[in-house]
Amino acid sequence: MSGPDSIVGARLPRLEAQGKINGAARYTDDLYRPFMLHGAILGSAYPHARILACDTAKAERLPGVEAVISAKDFPYLPMGAIVKDETVLARNKVRYVGEPVAAVAAVDLAIALHALKLIEVEYEELPAVLDMDQALAPGAPIIHEDLPKYFKIFDCRFGGNVLSEQSIIEGDVDAAFPTCDVVVEGEYRTQAQAHAYLEPSAALAEVDDRDKITIWSSHQSINRVQANVCEALGLPMAQVRVVTPRVGGGFGGKMEATVQPIAAALALKTKRPVKIVLSREDDFAMMRSRHPARIWMRTGARRDGTLVAREVKLILDGGAYSDDSPGVLAFGLYMARGPYRIANFRATGKLVYTNKLRASGFRGFGNPQVTFAGESQLDELAEKLAVDPIDLRLRNAIRTGDKWVGGQTVNSSGLAECLQKVRSRSDWDKRRRARSQSGATTLRGIGVAALSHICGVLGTSAIVRLAEDGSIVLNTGAVDIGQGADTALAQICAEALQVDIARINSVSPDTDASPYNWGTAASRVTYMAGRAVAAAAGALKQKMFDQAAAMLECSASDLELVRGGAVRVAGTDKRVSFFEISLRAHYGIGGPLIGEHSFVYDGEPFDLKRTTMVGFPFSNLGVHTFGAQAVEVEVDPDTGKITPLAAWLAHDVGRAINPLAVEGQIEGGFVQGLGYALCEELVWDAGRLTNPTMMDYKIPGTLDVPLQIESIIVEETEPSGPFGAKGVGEPGIVGVAPAIANALAAATGIRIKHLPLTAERVFTALAGN
Amino acid sequence: MTISRTIHVNGKARRAVIEGSETLLDVLRDQFGLTGAKRGCNQGVCGSCTVLIDRKAARSCLFLAALADKSEIVTVEGLATDGKLSPVQQAFVDAGAVQCGFCMPGMVIAATALLAEIAAPNAEDIRAGLAGNLCRCSGYVKVVAAVRRAVASKDVG
Repeated sequence: MSGPDSIVGARLPRLEAQGKINGAARYTDDLYRPFMLHGAILGSAYPHARILACDTAKAERLPGVEAVISAKDFPYLPMGAIVKDETVLARNKVRYVGEPVAAVAAVDLAIALHALKLIEVEYEELPAVLDMDQALAPGAPIIHEDLPKYFKIFDCRFGGNVLSEQSIIEGDVDAAFPTCDVVVEGEYRTQAQAHAYLEPSAALAEVDDRDKITIWSSHQSINRVQANVCEALGLPMAQVRVVTPRVGGGFGGKMEATVQPIAAALALKTKRPVKIVLSREDDFAMMRSRHPARIWMRTGARRDGTLVAREVKLILDGGAYSDDSPGVLAFGLYMARGPYRIANFRATGKLVYTNKLRASGFRGFGNPQVTFAGESQLDELAEKLAVDPIDLRLRNAIRTGDKWVGGQTVNSSGLAECLQKVRSRSDWDKRRRARSQSGATTLRGIGVAALSHICGVLGTSAIVRLAEDGSIVLNTGAVDIGQGADTALAQICAEALQVDIARINSVSPDTDASPYNWGTAASRVTYMAGRAVAAAAGALKQKMFDQAAAMLECSASDLELVRGGAVRVAGTDKRVSFFEISLRAHYGIGGPLIGEHSFVYDGEPFDLKRTTMVGFPFSNLGVHTFGAQAVEVEVDPDTGKITPLAAWLAHDVGRAINPLAVEGQIEGGFVQGLGYALCEELVWDAGRLTNPTMMDYKIPGTLDVPLQIESIIVEETEPSGPFGAKGVGEPGIVGVAPAIANALAAATGIRIKHLPLTAERVFTALAGN
Repeated sequence: MTISRTIHVNGKARRAVIEGSETLLDVLRDQFGLTGAKRGCNQGVCGSCTVLIDRKAARSCLFLAALADKSEIVTVEGLATDGKLSPVQQAFVDAGAVQCGFCMPGMVIAATALLAEIAAPNAEDIRAGLAGNLCRCSGYVKVVAAVRRAVASKDVG
């Protein structure tokens, strides 16, 4: 059912593109309600301090102020997806600069901001823990004294400032390393990266006559927002409804609560609509970042290039609150073996609290960090073995049928094809030979990285209904944060039912109306929600066939779909339209037709006989996607500046439901990766962010990207995927930093193990050479 | 202190009562209901608030509303004619440049201003013309392709 004119595989622009390009699309800040108030949030002035008093009386007296809230307005109700360690406003202690301490709702924003200045908070400053070394030092100040008492959804093996300690072990690295002919070893460091979605975090909350709160917000999951608000405010889910305007990007930063609980609390207190839109500075300071990481790694190979053993020690800086961090640590360890057959693998990890912004899920989820280390080491090994880096990777690449760490069978691996495509499309062999001669004024080199990622995890569902007019209503609860899920899911539904995509009505995610979807994360919507949509559409089709069989006086098994919304007796012109079926169902016999499907990710569970997994919060993760990314760079020896010249990005997506959108994910991921590799870094001074503006925190612009960026789609059908598809949301960012580090090494002979690869860092390394 | 001004936006004269410190972006969004221009950073860096002021791309978050009364303002809502997207807008849709869309109103205004200035820009012109508009989703590949497509459609049309 996917011939040349198929809807799956079509390069369709976003279904909602017109409204996004003519100004009609409404994001949260574009919504206005009658008698709406504006909220503002007071952030902590200290990285670590006891709150002795919080006097809001003066702020409350300011004309135009309708409500001021602080922790004393709430009972102790901690929230958190994995470890419940965070409250809606700081309680007793603050743990990072910018942590919300109090909030105001006023008739306009200027008054709200003025009122913040009238709130008097008395702090007793405590010694702050500003990096992972300080967190792990003996006698370090303890950031969460009550950590033992917090509710945790798994045995995270905590202690002191360590929130979780985990390990994965296969084979016997201690026995294997002595058998290796070549071993490389090193410590790699990566930085905090800001999500820097263009739309700052925002929420609008309104209370109705029964105290039910409706929240419009910029989010990745209606269900996670609802769960967080309910936890933080002690409300039943029936009292909180979350709906979805257009969302201006998320990248992981809007998966858990942002400002929704505060907006909801202010709306409940004032009984008026309250909108909170963070300023860019507050969004940087209050929200989230990618985890800074320190990765010690060693990898050993035989002389023939066979990888034999890898050992990894990973430390992640989780910042002040847990958020999704224990999952990020687990996933980092899980991906640290790389997409290779390595029989002996040991990865141990620690997640520490520090007095900084919480780190969270961010495109890649721990994978960019470990892949930077792992793919740097592949090139270090290739150099020692005097083999081509692509050849070394091909020799060890995971193939279809191989096992991943934990024992899951990889049912579709296009890794080898990705590597081969990158090699041919980039003219790799020629470019490697042409690498710069010494004494040149500019130095050139090309580097490669291989990568894997997953798509899957947790629960999802879909309801597909036949509307009265014979059109289709598609409802999944999956939020399109810009990546194109609405279009891709509609394509899957349209293909499954052989109708024009214009006949699919995609329901905007709404907790009152939509079935459960855990969220837009883990590259999962196309794969997970897509599977649910395909199955729900199949269920609806069966019900339509049952109706049509009665109408056409045949057996349902004799029927087939006709493109354009009809059913016929196979091989004949006896047919009924969806409209006729719908009329019979709605007004005659059987009732309105609904297909539904729901499931939790159902891949093989980890095989704990094969693999020792300690402190691991998952029992399975998802199906694997693969990629290979090559980047050619030029390095200016006088300044150290790296200029990316061209990129070739091959990604195995199983089946591209919408190649135009797939390319958009690959290209967008790559450029976010360029920022991560070359310039982006949140910098703290004494616990305070020094660069919380778009001016000081640079994300790549048009002039920073190579003129040539080639997306190469590889389609290694995933048997379990909808029409064979796998996810592509995250992989685009995963290999960029190591590919560039490897290109830098090819150009200059310098290996830098510390991101970002700023001009200063490169210059210093070149000068020291 | 407030002042009353007539501001010409998208071919219409509109009255606004303006606080001295209010920006054009504030007035467009809060008084005129023209929410196409977005507040991404509010300090003139991200470009999401870009509008045309006398046919030049400008940051509406940095432009005092009280000074806008002598100018002709065009926002993203004013680019289409009778509900039909402008060729530049259509090119952005067709090229697949639109993802989350938050930067797009500013981006398409910048592209419109660029093409008004340089009829047939080369790749470097396009990159330079859009250098003040940040996008976190697209990687700019399809944004640049959209502008090229708009140029090509103009040649054909």
